[in-house]
Amino acid sequence: MPKAKSNTTKSRLNIQKTYKIYIGGKFPRTESGRYYKLKSADGDLLGNICLSSRKDFRNAVGAARGAFKGWSGKSAFNRSQILYRLGEMLEGRSAQFKEELVIQGATPKQAQAEVASSIDRLIYYAGWADKYQQVFSSVNPVASSHFNFTILEPTGVVAILAPEKSSLLGLVSVIAVTIAGGNTCVVLAAESAPLSAVTFSEVIHSSDVPGGVVNILTGRRKELLSQFTMHMDVNAIVYSDNDTETISKIKRDSTSNVKRAIIYKGMDWSSAAAESPYFISDVQETKTTWHPIGK
Amino acid sequence: MAKQLVKKKKKSAGNGAAIDSALDFNSGWSYSPAPESTDHIEIKDKYGLFINGKFVRPSKGKYFATINPANEKKLAMVAEASEEDVDKAVKAARKAYNNVWSRMPAKERGKYIYRIARIMQERAREFAVIETLDGGKTIREARDVDVPLAAAHFFYYAGWADKLEYAFPGKSPQALGVAGQIIPWNFPLLMMAWKIAPALACGNTVVIKSAETTPLTSLKLAEVIQEAGLPDGVVNIITGAGATGAAIVNHPDINKIAFTGSTAVGKIIQSAIAGTDKKVTLELGGKAANIILDDAPIDQAVEGIINGIYFNQGHVCCAGSRLFVQEDVADIVVRKLKDRMESLIVGDPMDKNTDIGAINSKEQLNTINKYIKIGKSEGASFYQSSCELPSGKGFWCRPTLFLNVSQSHRIAQEEIFGPVLAVQTFRTVEEVLEKANNTPYGLSAGVWSDKGAKIFNMTNKLRAGVIWANTYNKFDPSSPFGGYKESGFGREGGLHGLSAYLKI
Repeated sequence: MPKAKSNTTKSRLNIQKTYKIYIGGKFPRTESGRYYKLKSADGDLLGNICLSSRKDFRNAVGAARGAFKGWSGKSAFNRSQILYRLGEMLEGRSAQFKEELVIQGATPKQAQAEVASSIDRLIYYAGWADKYQQVFSSVNPVASSHFNFTILEPTGVVAILAPEKSSLLGLVSVIAVTIAGGNTCVVLAAESAPLSAVTFSEVIHSSDVPGGVVNILTGRRKELLSQFTMHMDVNAIVYSDNDTETISKIKRDSTSNVKRAIIYKGMDWSSAAAESPYFISDVQETKTTWHPIGK
Repeated sequence: MAKQLVKKKKKSAGNGAAIDSALDFNSGWSYSPAPESTDHIEIKDKYGLFINGKFVRPSKGKYFATINPANEKKLAMVAEASEEDVDKAVKAARKAYNNVWSRMPAKERGKYIYRIARIMQERAREFAVIETLDGGKTIREARDVDVPLAAAHFFYYAGWADKLEYAFPGKSPQALGVAGQIIPWNFPLLMMAWKIAPALACGNTVVIKSAETTPLTSLKLAEVIQEAGLPDGVVNIITGAGATGAAIVNHPDINKIAFTGSTAVGKIIQSAIAGTDKKVTLELGGKAANIILDDAPIDQAVEGIINGIYFNQGHVCCAGSRLFVQEDVADIVVRKLKDRMESLIVGDPMDKNTDIGAINSKEQLNTINKYIKIGKSEGASFYQSSCELPSGKGFWCRPTLFLNVSQSHRIAQEEIFGPVLAVQTFRTVEEVLEKANNTPYGLSAGVWSDKGAKIFNMTNKLRAGVIWANTYNKFDPSSPFGGYKESGFGREGGLHGLSAYLKI
């Protein structure tokens, strides 16, 4: 289906898919009007992919910030249900995701496993959405006559450079932990394999995730990196590939507004270590509240 | 007495008379001086660096003076650690980590930390006096807040040493190695405790630098550490200024940097270690909103405002430096606030009656005065209490507030770190939340109301790491402290404070 080649063996002409970006619950083309050609290993054209601009990124951050209040204000149970719904939707479209992974270079077996793990991961974090708070919160036995407790709160708007290596499972993992905890995000899809991200935005769109909570861009990492790292209204940035220069740049640029730089260097998203509530807590802030206890 | 005065004023308010009278403690009766004795205190003329369990000469032979900010007299000469000294300290810490501290059973590690806590308690008075002499804070505060909290911090974390796996379900946390720590001058001893206690409990060894203007209690703590028999090199305490701090930050054999100080310096540190694997936690500046709703218990709230901004001369990163008062109670709150300010005694920090001690340094006094000038020139209404300041030397500032402040004023945006309050008013809860959160900082906030539901609505929506409801500036070793946004990341205190010093 995503193949751009016209198939002359069939009697009807295929409808080719236009791959768009996803901002604020809508599917615009990039404002820049630019694109890059995504080709398969055999050199076949798979599609024209939007080359998002910094304006697209700024729009996406605006959408994410706008959606933050509503999303972080939803009950944990509600967020949990919406994540579960994401899993359901992904399951329903698993054939399409498998096919896209295969044309982007995976073997059918690998694709099958990655899609299955991605669905399971969503269900896993759907379960955590209304539980991590209990695991990580505390009531603190202060010496004075005060009721004192500590809870987690979402960090805010999270910029995510989706893993280049694990274009579906990695993507799903970093998005799930971010939104499970009430954050909103702007994601840059894997440059070499963006199809899963684009299709996943359609899954998000049909899963009761409010517009703006997840925004997905495609484009050149090199071109957009500084936008991601320097934007003053982004609270955290997540990166999980191996490039040490990029890691240094992220950490250095994060000083602009003391962003939380969350680096999962070389993470294997299919490993057992890639699944834990600690990933949720990485994009959370810790709030302590004091109140006097009267007599 | 005070109550009667307040009553009288209420009456005159009813008559529509101008209310200029204040609680005047100087006419009729006054406080006799009640100075704390310094007889039993021993301060040496000269201090070396505490490296590998011993006080040693700095390699370049350089020393600098630390003065008493209340009289500008020299208290002692203190060593300036060079890069070479920092390297020596890191090597000592690494050796102690490899050979002793990481091999010691956690239970034993905990017992050493308990020992430090106990000795600090025994020597509490000495610590309080020296803290006051060196930093200018009031003896009452040093005695009742800084020193007991510092000892309590060691007590609290000592007990964690052999229980770390309970703090992180599903994980087996490991020490990081050598921690490099840099602390500020506003709570010298307490910050030592906040840094050293969790680092040791988690199995790390430490190189720590105290602030340039307040090194003495850190060196006294070195004596305590010797007395406790802590293995050599586990804690290394060095003194110096910015260059010494930079040498710690840039040392390649340090695994963790913990910094408390200004946001500007925090950003430099974050940037300097960007290309390394050093773990970092930053506790940076703040510009906290202290919010008084119209149903607040007004008298308690006024006390909370005073404590929020004038505690420790306002040298507090979480100070309630932006006051937001709901419009219909603004007049009475400001009137009572001015009255209460008038009763504050600014003077000799060693006097037990003193409420506001000396500003920590000439430099800081200049900064505060600069902001007072800015506040005036930006058009806010300036008000200071009429209290007498000590004659002669020392650095002093009267409790100050500005009315008619707007969000765009620099005194409402930038951290002043002094006894200067910027007052704004608001009508609705939505409005004040918007204003309170409209700052790059997010360290702390205060809310005053008698309605529980209202309080929790606001504490939930304020974007800050520590929220005090109907109280302010309270601290406890079991209570995590730290900021959102540009106020830094990582927590100190409580279970959450452990993760700063562990591989999880």
